[in-house]
Amino acid sequence: MNAPSPAPNDYSAYPDAQGRFGDYGGRYVPETLMPLVHELDAAYRAAKADPAFQAELSSFLTHYVGRPSPLYFAERLTQHYGGAKIYLKREELNHTGSHKINNCMGQILLARRMGKTRIIAETGAGQHGVASATVCARFGLPCVVYMGAVDVERQKPNVFRMNLLGAQVEAVTSGSATLKDAMNEALRDWVTNVHDTYYMIGTAAGMHPYPEMVRDFQSVIGQEVREQMMAAEGRLPDAVVACVGGGSNAIGIFHPFLNDEGVRLYGVEAAGEGMDSGRHAAAINGGRPGVLHGNMTYLLQDPEGQITEAHSISAGLDYPGIGPEHSWLHDVGRATYLTATDQDSLEAFTLLAQLEGILPAIESAHALARLPEVVKDVGKDGIVVLNLSGRGDKDVATVAAHLGRTI
Amino acid sequence: MTKTRIDARFAALKAEGRAAFVAYVMAGDPDYATGLEILKGLPGAGADLIEVGFPFSDPMAEGPPIQRAALRALNKGMTLSKTLQMIAAFRQVDQTTPIVLMGYANPLINRGFETFARDAAAAGADGLIVVDIPPEEADPLADALDAEQLSLLLLSTPTSDDARLKIILKRTSGFAYYVSVAGVTGVKEADAATVAPHVERVRAAGGLPVCVGFGIKTPERAAAVARVADGVVVGSALVDEVAEALAVNESVTARVLSKVNSLAKAVRSARVESLTV
Ligand SMILES: Cc1ncc(COP(=O)(O)O)c(C=O)c1O
Repeated sequence: MNAPSPAPNDYSAYPDAQGRFGDYGGRYVPETLMPLVHELDAAYRAAKADPAFQAELSSFLTHYVGRPSPLYFAERLTQHYGGAKIYLKREELNHTGSHKINNCMGQILLARRMGKTRIIAETGAGQHGVASATVCARFGLPCVVYMGAVDVERQKPNVFRMNLLGAQVEAVTSGSATLKDAMNEALRDWVTNVHDTYYMIGTAAGMHPYPEMVRDFQSVIGQEVREQMMAAEGRLPDAVVACVGGGSNAIGIFHPFLNDEGVRLYGVEAAGEGMDSGRHAAAINGGRPGVLHGNMTYLLQDPEGQITEAHSISAGLDYPGIGPEHSWLHDVGRATYLTATDQDSLEAFTLLAQLEGILPAIESAHALARLPEVVKDVGKDGIVVLNLSGRGDKDVATVAAHLGRTI
Repeated sequence: MTKTRIDARFAALKAEGRAAFVAYVMAGDPDYATGLEILKGLPGAGADLIEVGFPFSDPMAEGPPIQRAALRALNKGMTLSKTLQMIAAFRQVDQTTPIVLMGYANPLINRGFETFARDAAAAGADGLIVVDIPPEEADPLADALDAEQLSLLLLSTPTSDDARLKIILKRTSGFAYYVSVAGVTGVKEADAATVAPHVERVRAAGGLPVCVGFGIKTPERAAAVARVADGVVVGSALVDEVAEALAVNESVTARVLSKVNSLAKAVRSARVESLTV
């Protein structure tokens, strides 16, 4: 890789027309897909500029998704850490139980606009799969969800939910049979069904324009936080924290704050069994730049450039890459990327359940696990906002197993 | 002057009035020693050009046969360095058969394009196909290969319109590779009648010989495509022979080379037959 790009004055002006955030991003796809990627880019730009599209999206976000999601002052959690005020952005209260629906709603409206008649998606935890299946049901489009066979096993309730919603779930057995392999298989489907199929990517990664488009659809989170925080405290927060798998919930809450340099941004990657164990899913903290799934970004890879398997208790974070904008924000120093282990996250999961009566998704629990450091960083009078990206009902079996209990 | 190896081969084939048979094998499948033995045997079995796949963990445009071949090779410790080493060993016994490497971007990025180009040229490779580097991302790689007189072969596909073909062929040398089906390798079957007008489009856009690959499995199909194109590439059907041989405990080399032989025969006689029928 080249040296990190110089810090620009306008962090929100990226990507460029080539889909680059500094050295990261781009469109590394087979030629067969390239015309489709251009078509999508043009269609997205037209939709973005069309007030009718924005109005339609906004209406569905209000009446179907249930936006705005609350910004909740977590009083007991704040007391527990004894420092900065902690607010939770309640994305887990959205329809289908996570932030994933924000993006799916945007993309399904775009797919309809483009005249596509078949939707494909990849999923890890099943949250994006459920959100995809949901919007496909709502608009009457057939939906095929690729899911690693390992994830099908550990997220059974979500597989059943997708089936109930009428989606076809394809268990992927190739490679490590997790999220990256599901994405490979979805790309193979797309390359084969170029005429009618829309690929609904679930995170702010993949080839341009997906990282930008998914970020834009998820930025509603950060925009609401700005307004809600001004209403609640009359000022912006000192820090924003989010877990990072591919990075969509994190970039969604970060992006509207990129140019407010007083707002510290913390992404939390999954450290699995520990960074030293080698069994983790922390692309920035434990990887190197490379190309996978259409973009240049930090990746877990061996010395020969083969992608290595990610490991995390959380299926939604179990991915060897990260969205390209995060790679760039890391290099230019605008955001800080921490890690949380499986064990840290389990403890944070139970803590939130017991102090606030909220079961967080095990993904979101990774962000919760780093609150002690973040609270300390911003000081006693500080304000921290944490993106509670999803609810934990889907994870109770996993948590029980790790606690050595049977349910 | 490695580029001339590809040019010389196509000039010779043109003089013979027949299409090229291009054999794709995965380097180190099922292991280094057998892979090298197969490689050395390919020209004798009738391969006019050789594509050598270097394995990648996440081959997004590959169907099950080549996915499995890559896994077999990786599980036996195959790497990009060893792939180049294998080509160097091949060059000790064959200085004329062109070799085109084929794979994915990340192992190349990991090594650095300049270093790779130098090492590949030193090993005796002639060209490179990278499935996930479209023309939009190709410049840094193309520059590095140019510096070593190696050919970059950007793929043309059924979704590439004439404007894109121009861009693709501007940075392509050696021969043009037309991917005959929208899909992954080894699944859909190519149809010669459908392919023919596209071959003409690609030939017109670049003036290079056009080889067709991605959906050709049988001698009949290979012969049909050989009548409309300058070369026929077969990959999945060959790596399937590796899998088959392993499953029934037969000699892998013998099985692969015998398949190459039947495909090459079909390609060699295709135009002669078409003249007589
Ligand atoms: C609740 C929840 N949070 C976070 C993630 C991670 O994805 P991202 O990093 O794109 O937000 C997932 C993915 O499945 C999820 O379900």
